Amino acid sequence: MQYKIALAGNPNTGKTTLFNALTGSNQFVGNWPGVTVEKKEGTLIGHPDILIQDLPGIYSLSPYTLEEVVSRTYLVKERPDAILNIVDGTNLERNLYLTTQLMELGIPVIMAVNMLDVTRKNGDIIHTDILSSAMGCPVLEISARTGEGLKELVETAAKTAKHQTLSEPRHTFSGPVEHALAHIEEATQGLLPEHQTRWYVIKLFERDSNVQDSLKLSPGLLDHINSNIEAVENELDDDAESIITNERYQFVSQLISKCAVKKNRHQLTTSDKIDRIVTNRFLALPIFAVIMFLVYYVSVTTIGTDATDWVNDTLFGEIIVPGAGELMDSWGVADWLKGLVVDGIISGVGAVLGFVPQMVVLFIFLAFLEACGYMARIAFILDRAFRKFGLSGKSFIPMLIGSGCGVPGIMASRTIENQPDRRMTIMTTTFIPCSAKMPIIALIAGAYFHGEWWVAPSAYFVGIGAIIVSGIILKKTKMFAGDPAPFIMELPAYHMPTIGNIARSVWERSSSFIKKAGTVILLSTILVWFLSSFGYGDEGFGMVEDLNDSVLSAIGQKIAWIFAPLGWGDWKAAVAAFTGLIAKENLVGTFGILYGLAEASEEGEEFWGTFAQDFSVTSAYSFLVFNLLCAPCVAAMGAIRREMNSTKWWLGAIGYQCGFAYCIALCFYQFSEFISNGVFGVGTAAACVVTALILYLLFRPAPHNDTAVVELNPSPSK
Amino acid sequence: MLTLKEAQTGHDYEVVKLHGTGAMKRHIMDMGLTKGTKLHIRRVAPLGDPVEMTVRGYELSLRKADAEIVEIKEC
Repeated sequence: MQYKIALAGNPNTGKTTLFNALTGSNQFVGNWPGVTVEKKEGTLIGHPDILIQDLPGIYSLSPYTLEEVVSRTYLVKERPDAILNIVDGTNLERNLYLTTQLMELGIPVIMAVNMLDVTRKNGDIIHTDILSSAMGCPVLEISARTGEGLKELVETAAKTAKHQTLSEPRHTFSGPVEHALAHIEEATQGLLPEHQTRWYVIKLFERDSNVQDSLKLSPGLLDHINSNIEAVENELDDDAESIITNERYQFVSQLISKCAVKKNRHQLTTSDKIDRIVTNRFLALPIFAVIMFLVYYVSVTTIGTDATDWVNDTLFGEIIVPGAGELMDSWGVADWLKGLVVDGIISGVGAVLGFVPQMVVLFIFLAFLEACGYMARIAFILDRAFRKFGLSGKSFIPMLIGSGCGVPGIMASRTIENQPDRRMTIMTTTFIPCSAKMPIIALIAGAYFHGEWWVAPSAYFVGIGAIIVSGIILKKTKMFAGDPAPFIMELPAYHMPTIGNIARSVWERSSSFIKKAGTVILLSTILVWFLSSFGYGDEGFGMVEDLNDSVLSAIGQKIAWIFAPLGWGDWKAAVAAFTGLIAKENLVGTFGILYGLAEASEEGEEFWGTFAQDFSVTSAYSFLVFNLLCAPCVAAMGAIRREMNSTKWWLGAIGYQCGFAYCIALCFYQFSEFISNGVFGVGTAAACVVTALILYLLFRPAPHNDTAVVELNPSPSK
Repeated sequence: MLTLKEAQTGHDYEVVKLHGTGAMKRHIMDMGLTKGTKLHIRRVAPLGDPVEMTVRGYELSLRKADAEIVEIKEC
C-alpha cells in the first residue's frame, strides 16, 4: 500500500530544502515567498511506500488566493495520510497560525520546527514538549539545511502515516463561537464528511463560499446557520471571519509566550543591517540599477562573451567543424551526408550551444539573487513604479526570472493574487528578452553595430518599454480594469545561499537548454537544412546549388510579403523568424544554415557579405525588435496556455504579442526610413496611423474605472 | 481616525480595527494584522510606497492604499 504525506507550511520556511532532503531530489530553492508554484512529489528515502507531496507555500487556508485554494482542495479532497507541517522556528507566530488550521482537517499532523541551526545561533529556545501538548501533534526540531533531526522526523512521519494516529486539535475558540459551532454541527449532522466535521463547521461559520457551494446545503439550513453566526457577530461586534482569525492568533501568541524564549529581541540582525542599505531611501534605486547592470554586463559583455567566443571561434570554428569535415572526407562519405552533418547539424546546433557559457553566467547571478532574498526587496522597491502602469511589484519577479527563461517566469506569476494582474503579467513577461533571445541580440549587434555596447541593453529597454506601454493600454481595456491587486508581502531575512543550491539551479536551467539543443533544435536544423538544400532545380526535384531554388525558399516567399513593411521582406528572414517560434535560439541556427556558414558566430564576420545584402541597419534592428516582442517559443506558449487555463485568453495573449511586435517594428522601420530618406510612402502613412492609435490607447481616460472584479479561478491548472 | 496609511516611520502602533470586507481584509488578517496586534513601522520604499513594518516578529510590506483599511492607534 502506498502512503501519502503532504508537506505544508508557510512560504519560505525551507519546505523545498526539506523536500529535497527527504526525497533526495533536486528542486531549486529560492528565498522569496512562492517558490513552489506547482505540486511536486517524490518518495521518502528509506521508505519506498511513502510518497511525499510538496505543496505550495501558504499563509492560511482561506479561499482567496490560487495557491491556498490548490493546497486546501488537495488536503480536503485527496486526504493524504499525514500532513508534515514545516514551521519556521525563527518566525513561530505566523507559522503556527496556519498549523491551527491544518489541525482541524482531521488528518494526522506532524510538526517540524525548522531552522534549528539559526535559532540555536541566536540563542533562542523552543520548548517542543509544551508546543506538542498545546497543539495536539508530535513536534520535532530539525534543520533541513544541515540535516539535523531529519532521521527522527522520517521515522515519526512514517509511523504516523501508517498508523493513522489522528491528532485532535486542542485549541478552542471563545464561548460564543464554540456555542455557534456546536449548533452548526448539530444542524448539519450527517451532511458533512466524517473526520472533517470540525473543518467544515468552522468554514461554514466563516461563510466560506467555496465550502457553502460544495456542500449544496438547502437555503433553509443556510438561513438557520446564518442566524447562529449573526448572533455571535452581534455579541462580539465583529464579522465571523475576523472573529475566527483573531482568536486563532490570540491562541498562538499566548502559546508562544509559554513555549518560546527569544534572546536578543531588540538587537539589529545582519539582515536588518543589509536592509538599511539596500532598501534605503536614497541608495535603493542606484544599488538596484548597479546590480542589474552588473548582471547583464558580466554575463553578456565580459566573461560570458569571452567564453562564448572561445566556444564559437575556437572550439567549433577551428576544431570541430574542420575536423568533422576532414574526417568525413577521409571516410569518403557522400557529399549530401557531409552537408547534412557539417552544414546542417553542426552549424545549427553548434550555433546554439555556443551560447551556453553566457547563459551559465547569467543563471549563476539569477540563482544567487533568488536564493539570497533580494528578489522580495526588488518587488518592494519597485512596486510604486509598477503600479503606475497597472502591475504590481510582484510582477517584477516573473520578469526577472523570465530574463533567464520565460517558462518559469510565466509560472512564477502564480504568486500574484488577482486574476487580471496575473493575466497581464503572463502576457507581458516574455517581452523581456530571455536567455535564448541573447544569441539573436548578439548576432544583430555583432553584424550591424560592430558589437557596440549599447545594443544589448537597448534590447532590454525595448522589452521594458513594451511592458510599460502594454500595461497602460491593457489596463484601460474592459478585461483588465479594476483596482490593482493588493501588495501584501513578507520580506524574508537574507541568507547566504549554499553553493549546492546555486549549482542545482544553474544545472537545472542549463541542462534543459542543452537538452533542447540536442532534441528540438537538432530536429528543426535537420529539417531546415533539408528544406533549404533540396528543391526543384533544373533537373527536377533534388539537391539544389542555388538556395533560391529550394523548397524553403518557395515557402518563405509565400509569407515574406507580410514582413516587407517591416523592412525585411526577404524570405530567409521570414523563415528564420518562423523557426524562432520553435525555440528562439533556433533563429541563429537557421541563419547559419541559410547563409551557408559552417558556423554562425555572433561576431558575424562571416555574415557580412551575404547578410548585408538582405538587411540594412534599420531593417536589421526592426527584425530584432519584432523577434524580441512577438510570440515566444513553443515551450513558453505552452506555459501561457497552462497558466491562462483558457484557450481564448491564450490566443488573445499570443495574438496581442504578435500584433504589438508587428506594430512597433513597423513604426520603427518606417520612421527611420523616412528620417534618412525623406520619402513619405504608404508604409509611412500606415506607421502614422498605428502610432496615432497607440497614442490614443495610451492617453485616453480610463473608461472602466470603478468596476473592481475579484475573480478567482477555482480550478487551477495542473 | 488614524489608519496605517498615515503611520510614521520609526513609530509603534496597535491595531484597533480592520475595516472593509472580502479577500484583502482576510489576507491582511492572515498575515497577522489583527485587532490588538502591535506593529513597528520600519521604513517606506524609496518611491514613497509601500511601507515595511515589523509585525509578530517578521517583516511585512504593505501598500499604503491597502493599509488604509487598518485602523491604528499610537502606543
